Amino acid sequence: MEQKNGPASMPKQHQGLPFHIIKRVNIPIWKKILVYAIAIAGGLLLSGLICAAFSDESPLYFFTCLFKGAFGTERKIWLLLLDAALLLGVSMALIPAFKMKFWNLGGNGQILIACLCSYSLSFFLGGKIPEWLLLLLMFAASLVSGIIWALIPALFKAFFNTNETLFTLMMNYIATGIVLYCRASWISSGSAQFPTLTNGILPKIYNNMLPTVVVFVLLTLVMFVYLKYSKHGYEISVVGESVNTAKYIGINVKKVIIRTMILSGAIAGLVGFFLIARTGPGLSGDTTNNMGFTAIMTSWLASFNPLLMFLSCFFISFITRGMSQVQQGFHLTSNSIVSIVVGLIYFCVIACSFFINYRIVFRKKEGK
Amino acid sequence: MLTNFLIGAIALGVVLLYGCLGETLMEKAGQLNLGIPGIMCMGTAGGCFGAALYMNGLAFAGDAVWFPLILISICFSILFSVFTGLIYAFLTVTLRCNQNITGLAITTFGTGLSQFIMEVYVPRDRFDAASVLFSKGFVNDPGANGVLRVLFSHGVFVYLAIALALVFSFVLKRTRLGLHLRAVGESPAAADADGINVTGYKYGAILAGSAVAGFGGLFYTMDYLKGSWENASTIESFGWLAIALVIFTLWRPTVSIFGSILFGALLIAAFVLNGTSSQKELLKLLPYVITVLVLVITSIRNKKENQPPASLGLSYFREDR
Repeated sequence: MEQKNGPASMPKQHQGLPFHIIKRVNIPIWKKILVYAIAIAGGLLLSGLICAAFSDESPLYFFTCLFKGAFGTERKIWLLLLDAALLLGVSMALIPAFKMKFWNLGGNGQILIACLCSYSLSFFLGGKIPEWLLLLLMFAASLVSGIIWALIPALFKAFFNTNETLFTLMMNYIATGIVLYCRASWISSGSAQFPTLTNGILPKIYNNMLPTVVVFVLLTLVMFVYLKYSKHGYEISVVGESVNTAKYIGINVKKVIIRTMILSGAIAGLVGFFLIARTGPGLSGDTTNNMGFTAIMTSWLASFNPLLMFLSCFFISFITRGMSQVQQGFHLTSNSIVSIVVGLIYFCVIACSFFINYRIVFRKKEGK
Repeated sequence: MLTNFLIGAIALGVVLLYGCLGETLMEKAGQLNLGIPGIMCMGTAGGCFGAALYMNGLAFAGDAVWFPLILISICFSILFSVFTGLIYAFLTVTLRCNQNITGLAITTFGTGLSQFIMEVYVPRDRFDAASVLFSKGFVNDPGANGVLRVLFSHGVFVYLAIALALVFSFVLKRTRLGLHLRAVGESPAAADADGINVTGYKYGAILAGSAVAGFGGLFYTMDYLKGSWENASTIESFGWLAIALVIFTLWRPTVSIFGSILFGALLIAAFVLNGTSSQKELLKLLPYVITVLVLVITSIRNKKENQPPASLGLSYFREDR
């Protein structure tokens, strides 16, 4: 039998290319930042041009709008900080898992189930027990429910090596379904919406956004220390690099997976608690505002470094906030332009990761 | 009632089937594409754009003819979804970027762009007439025999999906092309050593898979919804369900025909059955719960032939050890 594409034909296709690709071992931090900066600038420029193409405004106006939308008034700045802080919280929930290569796509579900639990406590017990007790119960319930939602896939991953990417993804939809189920069974009246809460609201300190911002900024610093200097953090990174190495040096991989996911779920639960208890809003299937997915991007952008995550979360929140102003300024009726621009910037940043991980070397001409 | 239920289940199942087939093809080549929801949306936007182009080029909406309408829609649908798939392929295969991240970005971008195209560039005033052609089956008389109606009253996209599933199954199982594709997904290093063009196969699988997945959204909008459009989020959620279906069917295109109809039945049961609204919400949960169960059971049984492709989600770099 004749074999097509036999091994002998392989070097040919290789010789055709005038360059080849080499993996980088270490890249200086300034180079990394430079590459990212170029990518982000490129993405923004591209978005500006595209927005300008759809209207008769200039691309420069795109940037004016962007900054005005994000920093225009004091309230806008606070909202931006709040968005960034919540996103930071979700990212903190995800990075310990990501660092051990556990692809936790279930941030949305873990937050949502925590929201549901703390909301339901306020819904049923609000006014019947003292406010401080209610808040305490809500806090505990959020954490516990977040942990449970993260623990289910973690246990199966640890003991049966079940694919966690798809498991956590499904857990999101189950959480959404449970929220809709509770809404349908608790709210019998025609409105079919969870009412706005009046009990179980955190006290204001300066305004109702500052406490949230402070909590998640502190959490990020703690997480940085935990991952970098604690024994747990070390174990997480070894498991992420190589499960076999971890086993070889005597790390109990199952224990690390379960412990890390408990932490992850607890932080997601905390975000859920703040989402509900900060202002006491209603609850719906998309209370989480898709932060579970956005945080995957931000943590990846920051290469899972908690300190860099300040930048990435702030940047993504800045784009999202600013784009709503761009949409108005450019008279675009469709608010989908926000996703398009965010998507474009993601592409640019994702593409630039190639230049961080690899380097292109051009072949020298051989003695001709 | 049973007849209508089955017809609805098959129709809704086919939406998932297209997405599932596309994703299966990519996963067989080792590419976990979480961008399927975005690609399905883009396929919808493309197909609808093509349909609108054709319908508005006519003097009267009634002049529309089946063949050119379907052909133009399919061409534009393929164009748009392959374009989106190409972004994914370039980023993950050529630039070897993280597949999960790229997929999520594709979904964000694809849902946004398709929404934009549908709102700004697709006039839908003649879609009523177009959707009649899209959903034209072999048996169109509502009084006909129930069995005949269940089997033959669907639009062309239902039969196309089933035919594609059978073709995919044959190609993957019985041909050298399929063998090579599976080798790329299981162990790209071994495939490369054997002289298989890993990059080529990955690109081929991603682009073909994207084209197929895009039909799902097109069929849903033009046939199932009779040409109406609210927003991309419904199609997006079908996309996630299609990814779930790939696991449910254990990467087998023939099984996916039945799996998708079962999922379709579960989805539509919530609308057809009498019950309180809370019971309906529970029913809508079932597809996801079942997927989780299948995922868990297959991993516990740990049988070799039921596992995901071994290098799923990993990028291949020849010089890696």
